[in-house]
Amino acid sequence: MIFKHVKRSRPESMSAENEINMPMPTGFSPRPRVMRFFNTPRIVGRMSVVGEKESKGPLGRYFSRCETDDKMGEKTFERAELRMFDTAVRGAVRDARLDIRDVDLLISGDLLNQMTTSSYAARDIGVPHIGVYGACSTMTESLMIAGAFVDSGYFSTVVGAVSSHFATAERQFRYPLEYGCQRPPYAQWTVTGAAAAVVAKNCKETERFPKIVCAIPGIITDFGTNDLNNMGAAMAPAAMDTMYTLLTQSGYNVDDFDLMVTGDLGKLGSDILRDLMRRRGIKLGQNYIDCGNMIYDVYQKCYQGGSGCACSATIFTSFIMDKLMKGEYKRVAYLATGALMSTQSCYQGETIPCISHAVIVESPYGGKNNG
Amino acid sequence: MSEESNAIKQRNDRYNKYVETVTPKTSIPKALFHSFCIGGLTCMIGQGIGDVVKVAAPNLSTDMVANITSMLLVTIAILFTGLGFYDVIARQGGAGSFLPITGFANAMASASMEFKTEGLIFGTSTKLFTVVGPVVVNGVVWSTVAGLLNLWILGMY
Repeated sequence: MIFKHVKRSRPESMSAENEINMPMPTGFSPRPRVMRFFNTPRIVGRMSVVGEKESKGPLGRYFSRCETDDKMGEKTFERAELRMFDTAVRGAVRDARLDIRDVDLLISGDLLNQMTTSSYAARDIGVPHIGVYGACSTMTESLMIAGAFVDSGYFSTVVGAVSSHFATAERQFRYPLEYGCQRPPYAQWTVTGAAAAVVAKNCKETERFPKIVCAIPGIITDFGTNDLNNMGAAMAPAAMDTMYTLLTQSGYNVDDFDLMVTGDLGKLGSDILRDLMRRRGIKLGQNYIDCGNMIYDVYQKCYQGGSGCACSATIFTSFIMDKLMKGEYKRVAYLATGALMSTQSCYQGETIPCISHAVIVESPYGGKNNG
Repeated sequence: MSEESNAIKQRNDRYNKYVETVTPKTSIPKALFHSFCIGGLTCMIGQGIGDVVKVAAPNLSTDMVANITSMLLVTIAILFTGLGFYDVIARQGGAGSFLPITGFANAMASASMEFKTEGLIFGTSTKLFTVVGPVVVNGVVWSTVAGLLNLWILGMY
């Protein structure tokens, strides 16, 4: 529907040819930036914890654990997020049939200032820790770094984890929780949840698990949007840049993937991404989905869908990993996108820089392409 | 270099124009109708409270009745905020729930609830006016301007 509408209202100067031939000052550098993991690190354990609202969404039954209480019996929302994070990490390690002492490194991030959640959780867990911040793209970032560490042989078991909480993110980026304000129809809803995945080196015991085959670090892309609420439109160019790099440099084309999944562009953002890719001459078909678009049902009144780093991470570690483990999907490209602004920078008139990292995960089993 | 930055600017302009065409807009008639209903309902409740107070205590002055009415409305709004359904009403009501005195009460109560986890001094006291600060500042500034204008104009004649 939306494509038709765009086509009709597009001014003359915005024709498809013009857009494709336009010089691209940032991004699209011919420099190869695909990291290939020849030692195929495997994702051996995972866990996703979500809040009540997410568990009532279309994918609710796939999540490993659902917290019905927003505060989870803790004093503050921050402590609740911490607890969720802790549950996810320990659960993922248990899922991998390991002990927390077997973990060599924890790579994690969240949305709060100075990444308090992941640092405090790492204090309690007591393993070496690297904090990463990629806003909503943190899960791909941590998976990419974990994959690189395991692939190079420095560590054999690395955990990547993220968390976000609606209440803490609202306080950080917007208004007090009970403040009665109207959101614009293009706003998104921060997902309450935490997810963790254990990346381990390839050996006989881990052969039956999905492997990370390559990763692409993203380029910061800024197309000059400065609306704090319209994250989908801000992040779509970053996703386009990484997806275009993926399809031109990795040797795969769109049909090689059973699923291409973006992080939290939401309904509007994923429509924009489809349109942008179409202008670059790549048609995204049924195998492209967006986590933000999937996580909530229409009746839950979440406007354009979910956002936050737990949005794509919980879906990846539950629904997508389930399908990969069963071999229903053979190859999945996971591109989470993140908007790297702060509230101050936006009020100071800066535009929103966005990033998107990609990770390609392959199932050891058949998948529908290979029969 | 300048050519390149020019190209970026053109690209950004084009992209923003495109985003504007696809971004869904708030339906203005619907929003106006909703805020009219909620705002009108608030005022009706206020008037009702005023009338009841007048009947209950007939020897109070009109100003006193108005004060009591506002106090009761604020109390109700804060109670609703604390019970967690003021924001549900406000999501529908928009300006209708934001403009009356109840909106101000909600903004202060929600901020004090939100930041009480950081303690009484650095939490509630410091952050109490985060949302309503602009209202207070602009209220003081513009009422001063209005007062001065009033003084000059009335003083001249």
